[in-house]
Amino acid sequence: MNDTGTVLAGPRPTARHSNDPEAAVEAETLDEATLVEEQEQLSGADQPLTEPEPPAAVAEGEDIPVPPGAPRALLRSLMGPHRKRIVLAVLMIVFQQAALQVGPLLVSVAIDRGIPALRGHDAGPLIAVTAGYLGCAAVATLLQRWFIRLSGLINQDILLDMRRRIFRHAQLLSLDFHERYTSGRIISRATSDVDAVRELLNEGLQELLSVALQIVYISGLLLVLDWRLGLVSVASAVPVFLLQRSYRLRSKNIYRRSRTAVATVIVRFTETMNGIRPVQAFRREEANDASFGVPNAEYAKSNADSMISMARFVCSARVTANVWIIGVVLWGAYLVAGRELELGVLAAFVLYLRRLFDPIDQLAMFVNGYQSAAAALEKIAGLLAHEPSVPEPVEAVPLPETPEHARPGATTGGREILFDRVGFSYRTGKQVLPEFSLRIPAGQSVAVVGATGAGKSTLAKLLARFYDPTGGRVLLDGVDLRELATAELRKGVVMVTQESFLFSGTVADNIAVGRPGAGREEVEAAARAIGAHGFISELPEGYDTDVRKRGGRISAGQRQLVAFARALLADPAVLILDEATSSLDVPGERAVQEAMRTVLAGRTAVIIAHRLSTVEIADRVLVMEQGRIVEDGTPTDLIAGTGRFSRLHEAWRDSLV
Amino acid sequence: MTEPPTPAHSPKRSTVRSLLRIWPYARPIRWYLAGSTASAMVASLAGLLIPLVLKQIVDGPVSKHDSSGLWWPAALLLVLGLAEALFFGLRRWMLARPLSGVERTMRADLYARLQRLPVTFHDRWASGQLLSRATSDMFTIRLFLAFPLVFLIVNSMVFLVGIAIMFALDWQLAVIAVLPAAPLIMLCSYFERRYSAAARLAQDQNGDLATIVEESVLGIRILKAFGRHRTMAQRFRAQARELRGTELNKARLLANLWAVIVGLPELALGTALAVGVVQVAHDTTTAGTLVAFLSTALALRWPVESLGWLLAYSNEAATATDRFFEVLDAPLADADDVVTATGPDSRPDSDIRDGIRFEGVRFRYPDAPADTPDLLQGVDLHIRHGETMALVGTTGSGKTSMTALLPRLYDPSAGRITLDGADITALSRGRLRELVSVAFEEPTLFSASVRENVLMGAPDADDAALQRALDVAQAQFVRALPQGVDTQVGEQGLSLSGGQRQRLALARAVVGAPDFLVLDDPLSALDVHTEALVEQALRRVLAGTTALVVAHRPSTVLLADRVAMLVDGRIAAVGTHHELLETSPAYRELMSGERVPA
Repeated sequence: MNDTGTVLAGPRPTARHSNDPEAAVEAETLDEATLVEEQEQLSGADQPLTEPEPPAAVAEGEDIPVPPGAPRALLRSLMGPHRKRIVLAVLMIVFQQAALQVGPLLVSVAIDRGIPALRGHDAGPLIAVTAGYLGCAAVATLLQRWFIRLSGLINQDILLDMRRRIFRHAQLLSLDFHERYTSGRIISRATSDVDAVRELLNEGLQELLSVALQIVYISGLLLVLDWRLGLVSVASAVPVFLLQRSYRLRSKNIYRRSRTAVATVIVRFTETMNGIRPVQAFRREEANDASFGVPNAEYAKSNADSMISMARFVCSARVTANVWIIGVVLWGAYLVAGRELELGVLAAFVLYLRRLFDPIDQLAMFVNGYQSAAAALEKIAGLLAHEPSVPEPVEAVPLPETPEHARPGATTGGREILFDRVGFSYRTGKQVLPEFSLRIPAGQSVAVVGATGAGKSTLAKLLARFYDPTGGRVLLDGVDLRELATAELRKGVVMVTQESFLFSGTVADNIAVGRPGAGREEVEAAARAIGAHGFISELPEGYDTDVRKRGGRISAGQRQLVAFARALLADPAVLILDEATSSLDVPGERAVQEAMRTVLAGRTAVIIAHRLSTVEIADRVLVMEQGRIVEDGTPTDLIAGTGRFSRLHEAWRDSLV
Repeated sequence: MTEPPTPAHSPKRSTVRSLLRIWPYARPIRWYLAGSTASAMVASLAGLLIPLVLKQIVDGPVSKHDSSGLWWPAALLLVLGLAEALFFGLRRWMLARPLSGVERTMRADLYARLQRLPVTFHDRWASGQLLSRATSDMFTIRLFLAFPLVFLIVNSMVFLVGIAIMFALDWQLAVIAVLPAAPLIMLCSYFERRYSAAARLAQDQNGDLATIVEESVLGIRILKAFGRHRTMAQRFRAQARELRGTELNKARLLANLWAVIVGLPELALGTALAVGVVQVAHDTTTAGTLVAFLSTALALRWPVESLGWLLAYSNEAATATDRFFEVLDAPLADADDVVTATGPDSRPDSDIRDGIRFEGVRFRYPDAPADTPDLLQGVDLHIRHGETMALVGTTGSGKTSMTALLPRLYDPSAGRITLDGADITALSRGRLRELVSVAFEEPTLFSASVRENVLMGAPDADDAALQRALDVAQAQFVRALPQGVDTQVGEQGLSLSGGQRQRLALARAVVGAPDFLVLDDPLSALDVHTEALVEQALRRVLAGTTALVVAHRPSTVLLADRVAMLVDGRIAAVGTHHELLETSPAYRELMSGERVPA
């Protein structure tokens, strides 16, 4: 039955991560383009570059380390709340198996006692035995039914708990973890790995329990019936166990190979399907057929190996079992012939022995299911054991109420930002931002410019608390960000990235992510303010257009407008815009900037842009280079000066109309 | 991702008709299948005969207390026992490699087909749906060939033979034992049907749950930025609870199913036991016969119980087959191509240096709602040989769609496009795509080395060409990667920043020095400085090719000789940047963002 089970748990689509540069923030440091003053310096770009580290994607297999004992601890904590129900379920199966195994015993009683009694015209024993047999059958049936229901309840509650834990934990983990671990793997933890555990819980454990109990009961009965024959029969467990162990070890390796192969198959497949345009445009079809063939063949081979290994086990175990049965029966017959054993006892032995070895195939399937569930549980435990590097505060501090905030219905006033001797390095120790301090007064709009890899995004992410600084503190109105509860922090600080991801649902739903519960007028007002109302009302169903369905074709630029509207709706005290206009055309960008002038009034804003047009709406400009702030001043002052910004601005103006 | 596929489902065929479609794939291994079935049959029959021999032992030597008569039956028992074990092993072993081969071939065919299906097909189908066809559906079909197919035949035979044996042993007992078989099979298939409906519902709900997980991970930055993980967690919890409800319903059905499977046969056996004992007492039958009868009846439990799930599984396999052929039956992109010129001479006549012409091209996405106007409403545009044309227009005006028409990722709904005078529909797609090279707005890299990713554009190009292309795209960062151009990138390799990916995609487009080049906003993710350097290098490439460049900004427009402005699905103006600045207020607004008073 397990064979059917695994079908439902087939591998699920691993999602690809969005193609936004954010996804590779760490690799950004690889970028050679450093804002340098002279062309010559840049043309020497082959100079030894920053060591490419840390590898952003870890190859499948070298997963995050799993603390020893974590899988077991996870299992314990999942089962803990259900202890009583689990005990009850086990008791049920204990009695159910007992009732089921009594059958042959009653057959032996019927033959040895019932027949002679009946010949003496006493139907009593036969009636008793028959009633007993039917009663046991009824009890076994009912207990089986209850057990399946109860264990279903326990399993589902455990799975629900486990799913929720994975989900919650994945949400709590910091961005740098998500970037390293890749979306596909987190998704497969919450889907296919949970499925593997589910299969084991649903089918495997019950089967294992039944099989184990069956073996125990039958062994016990056989020993009671006749200890000599019983002992010999029970001894057969030794070779079968040894065979089972060697099969388990063999299949473990094969299983691993098969998982790796199927993962490669899935990655290749999804990559091709998601990149079908370049695949066709660059005529990759035949080359892809060949390169897909490699993991496909490897997967087929490991499948065949696993089937062969199972064939070997089933065959050798059966041979052992059958030879053993024959031996026992022969000996028993010899004993009966010598009048040392009753005929009925031998009959019972014959029936029980076949049953004793029946579960061999089930055992083989259980081993398979166990193998995959154990691997899955280990991966899940590893994920759950990973400490979020940006933890929630133990004791949250509220943001101070300012007079502006107290005013009812007021658009949120800005808040002061202070970077207090902040520094940031990667886990590998590579320094991204050397120690610096920076104060941004409430209400000020600051533009941050600099080349890719200069540290602009890191600065923004520290402020949004996507990362925590490795040194110093980031203060919002005097409160360390680390002391703010998430809800409080997000009322204060919101970041709009160039990320163009839309959640399934309508356009209105997507904007309302900024403030759940906002009414349609508020959503529309936000969209209007940013100049997105036009294109949204032209969609087939306006604000109610499903972004994943027919007609919901929304271009990259339009998605950025939706993201903006979302941020406006959130109405934060501090707004961070990270490359938020990269896909807009000039009029779109201009419209956004117009809107920003009013939106940003009274707010603190940090604006990061490759393009200098954004700078025009800023009160202050920071120029960053290799993690340092090298220029700081009002736009007018900097343009008038002779620094980097002035030259950059000139070059940019030349590129315009 | 888990959106159910919209394409019209073919009317539900019968299970058998669906399964018959696997035959072409199963045909090469037909002898293995037959051998496996025969082995299973031999093994099952041997298993069935064992109780008969046991009866001989009990009735003969044992009841006569004659131990010397044991040897012959014992030898027979040994032969049967070994035969059962070995033939069951042989059955599995024989099919292992051939069956994996079938699965592999089917998967390879599916993949090959999908690669060659039109982009419109992929627009309609979520990649998750396709993936599940390539993985779990293939698995279902393989398993069907390995178990249900073989055992439907074998178990029916075993069942019949077993009943024959039982009737031969004692027809009265046999009638009692066989009585529950009919209701058992009926009840089993009733529950299996309801169970598989519940299972399908659970699968769908599982898919919805997976979608929430996917979105919560892919949109993690947004959720974090707005502190919305609680909202998402609530959605997740609600969905997970729904799934739990369905799973519990499944458990209830399963509980009933098992109650029937366990209960009914036991009931019959209990009755048979009582009747049998009475018969033995009246000497109408022997104790040995009763033992043989009961163990035969026990041996038949599995074939009967299994019928339910064998049928259910066959049903599932039929669905999997249908899903597989939904893809394989979809018409290929070039299904109705009329390629007039094929082979090496299919190059457009190189004497006619006419460049690219769009003539009255209209286009709408096939899945666009019926009441929306066409996206392109008669585009006429001539890009002269060697010329670079910039294509501008407001967001959503159809620029990207227009570029997708050139390599025939989509076909126009009316009008035609010519390259150097030849209609692109007259060229084979392979040839056309050799001529036209594209850098997409969304730079996709594949799990392969940088070298392979770039050389996709020109498989025959050498290292020098690779270097030149990387230089043009200012992708010198490649040299600093751990293994230089041999570094693995993409999903399974090093992840690169958007700007880096964009530069590699650009290198890919220019590496083969294509005759026709299409660049879709190729510099959007670059910072000002790199952009300037790329532009400089790109100018040299553009000088030797006919190009269409989608541009959002003046700096990109300046790469072009002339500019075409797309407004309301038509080319509203063509001219040099300066001409258009002077003559077209709309263009001025597009480029400067300054609203011009009308």
